[in-house]
Amino acid sequence: MALILEKHKMPEQDPKVRAHNFQEVALGYDEDTAIAEAERCLHCKVPQCRKGCPVEIDIPAFIGKIKEHDFDSAIGIIKESSSLPAVCGRVCPQENQCEKYCILAHKGESVAIGRLERFVADYQLAKNEEVKPIEFAHDAQRVAVIGAGPAGLTCAGDLARKGYKVTIFEALHVAGGVLSYGIPEFRLPKDKIVKREVENLQKLGVTIEVNAIAGRLFTVDELLGEMGFDAVFVGTGAGLPHFMHIPGENLNGVYSSNEFLTRCNLMKAYDFPNYATPIRVGRRVAVVGGGNVAMDAARTSLRLGAEHVYIVYRRSEAELPARLEEVHHAKEEGIDFQLLNNPVEILGDEQGWVKALRCIRMELGEPDASGRRRPVAIEGSEYELEVDTVIMAIGNGPNPIVASTTPGMDTNKRGNIIADEETGATTREGVFAGGDIVTGAATVILAMGAGKKAAAAIDKYLQNKKA
Amino acid sequence: MFKILYKKELSPGIFHFDIEAPKVARKAQAGQFIVLRVNEQGERIPLTIADFDRVKGTITLIFQVVGASTAELSLLNEGESILDFAGPLGQPSEVEPDMGTIVCIGGGIGVAPVYPIARAMHEAGNKVISIMGARTKDILIFEDRMRAVSDEVMIATDDGSYGVKGFVTTALQQLVERGEKIDQVTAIGPGIMMRSVVEATRPLGIKTVVSLNPVMVDGTGMCGGCRVQVGDEMKFACVDGPEFDGHLVDFDSLMSRGRMYREQEAEAKEHRCNIGLGRK
Repeated sequence: MALILEKHKMPEQDPKVRAHNFQEVALGYDEDTAIAEAERCLHCKVPQCRKGCPVEIDIPAFIGKIKEHDFDSAIGIIKESSSLPAVCGRVCPQENQCEKYCILAHKGESVAIGRLERFVADYQLAKNEEVKPIEFAHDAQRVAVIGAGPAGLTCAGDLARKGYKVTIFEALHVAGGVLSYGIPEFRLPKDKIVKREVENLQKLGVTIEVNAIAGRLFTVDELLGEMGFDAVFVGTGAGLPHFMHIPGENLNGVYSSNEFLTRCNLMKAYDFPNYATPIRVGRRVAVVGGGNVAMDAARTSLRLGAEHVYIVYRRSEAELPARLEEVHHAKEEGIDFQLLNNPVEILGDEQGWVKALRCIRMELGEPDASGRRRPVAIEGSEYELEVDTVIMAIGNGPNPIVASTTPGMDTNKRGNIIADEETGATTREGVFAGGDIVTGAATVILAMGAGKKAAAAIDKYLQNKKA
Repeated sequence: MFKILYKKELSPGIFHFDIEAPKVARKAQAGQFIVLRVNEQGERIPLTIADFDRVKGTITLIFQVVGASTAELSLLNEGESILDFAGPLGQPSEVEPDMGTIVCIGGGIGVAPVYPIARAMHEAGNKVISIMGARTKDILIFEDRMRAVSDEVMIATDDGSYGVKGFVTTALQQLVERGEKIDQVTAIGPGIMMRSVVEATRPLGIKTVVSLNPVMVDGTGMCGGCRVQVGDEMKFACVDGPEFDGHLVDFDSLMSRGRMYREQEAEAKEHRCNIGLGRK
C-alpha cells in the first residue's frame, strides 16, 4: 500500500462562523476516518513515538486496536497510562511530543496520534458507561491532594485505583484547574469533557472539596496531623500572573490573561447578564505574548465581539511557543500577528481607560540562555497601536499560599517548590509536589506526567510506611 | 452550602448576615476576607470579615447593596443558603502588644471590618480610640460593638445629627489638637475617605494602615484583577494585602479601577429588574 504522506483532515467549524461562537472548533474524526488514519501507522519495530509521550502511552498498541475496529481495547490501553485522554487528545502539543518522533514525519506528516486519542476517548465518553466505584479497604491509607488541576486529578486517579482514599482540596468553586478556568470552551468543552472526567473520578471514589483554600483554611501540617492524612500531593499550579511592569498597566481595560479567561470560562461572562460576572472587551484588543494562553485570549476576544485583535510578540513566528494548530486557527480566524514588537507603555485617556499600546520594533540578535535568538529593540522605532483593551499573556509565577505556610518544604529563588524530578518528593517528608508549582508554567500533559510519577512514589512511600 | 443563621437590615440597604461556616470561623483573623457566590449564575463577591465566632462557627458579614449581586444576596433569608463561601483570605492585620495608641477609623460600612481589628488591638492591650463616620445618625452601624472594644469612641456625621459635624478627619483633627500621641491609624472605608485620612496623617508622620477591597475574581492571587500600586511596586490586594501602608497607596488609580464595570453594573441591575428578581 502506498504511503499516505498527509494526516487525514479533521473537520472544523468554518473560521468565519466559529470566530463568533464558543462551540468547539475541531469536530473530531468519524470511525472511518479514524480507521483510515490508524492504517497509516507503520508499526515500527522500535517505535519512537512513545518516548515523546510524558506519560508513556503505548501508542502503537492503541493504534493497532483502532485498525482492528476494537475501540474499547484502544481506549483501555490509553487509560492504563493517562487518566484524561479526552483532554490530552485536544490540548497536548503533539507536534513537539509523540508526533515529532513518528517515522512518517521524516517524509511527510506524522500519524495523527492526538486526533486518534481524542477519537477513542470521545467514543468511550459517548457510551456513557457506568464507572465502577472502588471498594476501599477499611484501613486504607489516606492521601490529600491540593489542587484539582491536571496534576492533582491524575495523581488522585492513580492513587485511588491503587486503593488509597483520596481527597482533593480545590480553592475555586469548580474542579479542573486550568482546564476549567483557563482553556476556553471552544478548545476544551467544559460540560461535555472536563466535568465528565471530574465526575468519573468522583464515581471512582475520589472526594473533591471545593472552596477549600489550602494554606488558609488548613495547613499541610494539619493535613498530616489532626486531619489524618498519610501523605500530601501539592499541585497548586502557576497561579500568579506576570505583568510587564511598564507604565499604564493599572489603566482600566488592562487584564491579565488569567483574569480575562477566568471571567469568560469559569464565570461565563460571555453570557452576561444571565451570569452576573461582567467582562469588558473593547473594539480593538492587543494580546501581549505568543503562547497558547495568548492565542486563547485573542480568540476569546474575537468571540466576545472585538473587531480587531492583535497578538503582540517580541520574537518572530518561528519562536512562538504556542502549538502550531492554535497559531494556525488564530490566523484563520483573522487574528493580526504583530511579531518582533514589544510593548513599552500603555497609554490612557483622561478617564483612566486604555487608548493605545506603545510598542517598539525588535530584531533578533544572538541566541540567549534558552537557545532562542534574543530580541533586541530597534532604537527610535516606537509606534502606537490604537487599542482599548490590553491583555497580558506573558506567563505566571508560583502561587505562594501553600509554600509560605508549610515549614520544611523548600522553594527555589523563584518560589517554585523544590521536588525530585522522578518522584515529586519535596524536602518535607510525606509531602510530594508536581506540575507548574514545581516547573513553572508548562503544559497540561507535563503536569499530568508529574502527577503520575508522584502517585507511584506516594504508593511506594506509603507501603514502606505501613510495613 | 452555607446557611444564613441570622439576617438583619441595619439601615436601608445595609445588611448584617451571620453565615454558618465553622471551618472558616476556626481560622479567621482580624483583617481577612472571604469570597462568596450566591448561586450558579452568581459572581464571586469579596467581603471583609466583620466578625467571627469560633464557638458558634459563624462569620459575620456586613454589606451594602450596590449592584445586582449584592441585591441578590440581600434577598436571601434566614435558613436559606449561599452556594459557595471561601476563606479566610488575605493577610491578617498585624497586631502586637505594646503598639501604643491605635486610632481605628471606620467610614460607612467600613466600621464593620474595622471592628475585629479594634477588638484584636484592644485584646492585645493597646489603647484603642475609635472614630466612626456616617452620613447621618440613622445609618451608623456597630456602635455598641465598637464601644465594647474601645477606650474611647468618637463619632462624626456629615449632617451633625450625632457626634461632631463633619468627616472622620474632623474627629481625627480634634484628637491631634488635644495632644493625643497616636502610634498608628487604621482606616477602612470608601476610597475617598481613606485618601483623606492618609493626607491628614502624612504631614504628621503617623503610620497609617488602610484595607482595600478592589475588584477581584478568585481572591487567591490567580487573576491579578486586584492589583494596586503601592509605592513603586505592583501589589495584589488578595495575597499581599488587603492591608497596605496608606501613605504609599495610589488612590487615584485604585478609585479609577473601581469604576471599571460601572456600565455593566447598571445593565445587570436593569436585567434583574426585567426578569423580576428585584421584587419579592
